[in-house]
Amino acid sequence: MRKSNFFLIGLAICTILLLLMFVHAFFKREAEAKFIQERSEMVRMLGLTDLCLFTEASYTRHLSQADLHTPFQDSPMSFEHFPSGSIAAPPPSLRKINGKMD
Amino acid sequence: MGKWIERQRNIIDFTLSSLLRKKGKNISLLCVYTLVVLMLASVMFFVHSIKKEASMILKDAPEMVVQRMIAGRHELIPLAYMDKIKNIRGVQSVNKRLWGYYYDPVVGANYTLMVPDHSDVPAGNIMIGRGISRVRLAFPGDTLEFRSHDGKIITLEVKKTLSPESELVSSDLVLISEDDFNRLFGRNRDSVTDLTLHVKNPRELSTIALKISEILPDTRIILRDEILRTYDAVFNWRGGMMIVILLGALLAFIIFACDKASGLSQEERKEIGILKAIGWETSDVILMKFWEGMIVSLSSFLLGILLAYAHVFFTSSMLFEPVLKGWAVLYPQFKVVPFVDASQVVSLFFLTVVPYTVATIIPSWRAATVDPDSVMR
Repeated sequence: MRKSNFFLIGLAICTILLLLMFVHAFFKREAEAKFIQERSEMVRMLGLTDLCLFTEASYTRHLSQADLHTPFQDSPMSFEHFPSGSIAAPPPSLRKINGKMD
Repeated sequence: MGKWIERQRNIIDFTLSSLLRKKGKNISLLCVYTLVVLMLASVMFFVHSIKKEASMILKDAPEMVVQRMIAGRHELIPLAYMDKIKNIRGVQSVNKRLWGYYYDPVVGANYTLMVPDHSDVPAGNIMIGRGISRVRLAFPGDTLEFRSHDGKIITLEVKKTLSPESELVSSDLVLISEDDFNRLFGRNRDSVTDLTLHVKNPRELSTIALKISEILPDTRIILRDEILRTYDAVFNWRGGMMIVILLGALLAFIIFACDKASGLSQEERKEIGILKAIGWETSDVILMKFWEGMIVSLSSFLLGILLAYAHVFFTSSMLFEPVLKGWAVLYPQFKVVPFVDASQVVSLFFLTVVPYTVATIIPSWRAATVDPDSVMR
């Protein structure tokens, strides 16, 4: 078989898999819709404000509730030492409060 | 049309033979390129899906949260503030929220304790999230011990574990009765953690927020829009790890592109010279180099995207897990819902395939326009 045939068949298989990826994503979203609704309902019932992504520090557990001091809770000069603090950005509302000071 | 296709196939045949002559170099290039696409696509899929899901779940978060601040820190808010807020025109209802953190020295994990508004947790009982159930091996009917503010041990029975599907919001949650919450933290009954508001007209939210900050200057207000924006910006590209991953990928691409754009090796120049001497046109040489770039970059792109999808949505982002876990003992186990769309794939295509292919063609075009005799010498 010609080498180009190998390449073109491989390309076709990958393209079909790429399309199947979108099909899978669609059906998975449909299947998960009721669970998203369940999570949303829990948020409404309990008045939750945040996702449980990082549990190591209070200001990354409740990102939207963080105040300006929380990352420096040990001392004003203490640097960020929780790994999740280096992934998550501070909430935009903090920058609004701090706007005049910056 | 048939002639055109046959010409392309002949050139692909030739290009593949040429690539296979330097098998080791090209296979390692393909692997590294695939890895770079895998990392970029994984970050893109994970971040987009989390953001999208957060926006769907948190659309029912409280419209407004009012917290008291003392010396820049969050403090308990007096219940008397509730009446002052209720009297503001446009406020439909004000609810208290009782919540806090509890550090469990047994496993070294932090829990979020919360008193549900509807009293479906009787005194002496708790409902726990799946994360807590996992780390404490606690199931309905078991008891968990908590150390109260005055050092006494309080034993509470697990009434129910929250559903695994809700783990993204409830993994570390302990739902507890108000009496037990008071016993545990020694709360002053005149104050609560914070207040949530419902307003009659959502367009009046900012006006009401302004009025609250005028009447109660020691409070801060968090609007639902701000909560949603927090999660829209949570994995901002300027975030520490994000920029490390993105810079790493960018540098890898710069190295690829520089390697290609800085010119061809003597062997490659000689090859082009021979091809021109035996009758290849400049356009044929450029077409061959175009296919060379496409074979490497398109294969890496497709493989990288497919592997990234499997990585994020089938293995729960296994490679990111150590970073996401950090020092947390209690880590929520959730599978991200695949919110993937064509625009993500297209933007990744233009970020990865196009620059590499262009960087492959340009030096070849320069070499192909030179006299074959001088190139071969």
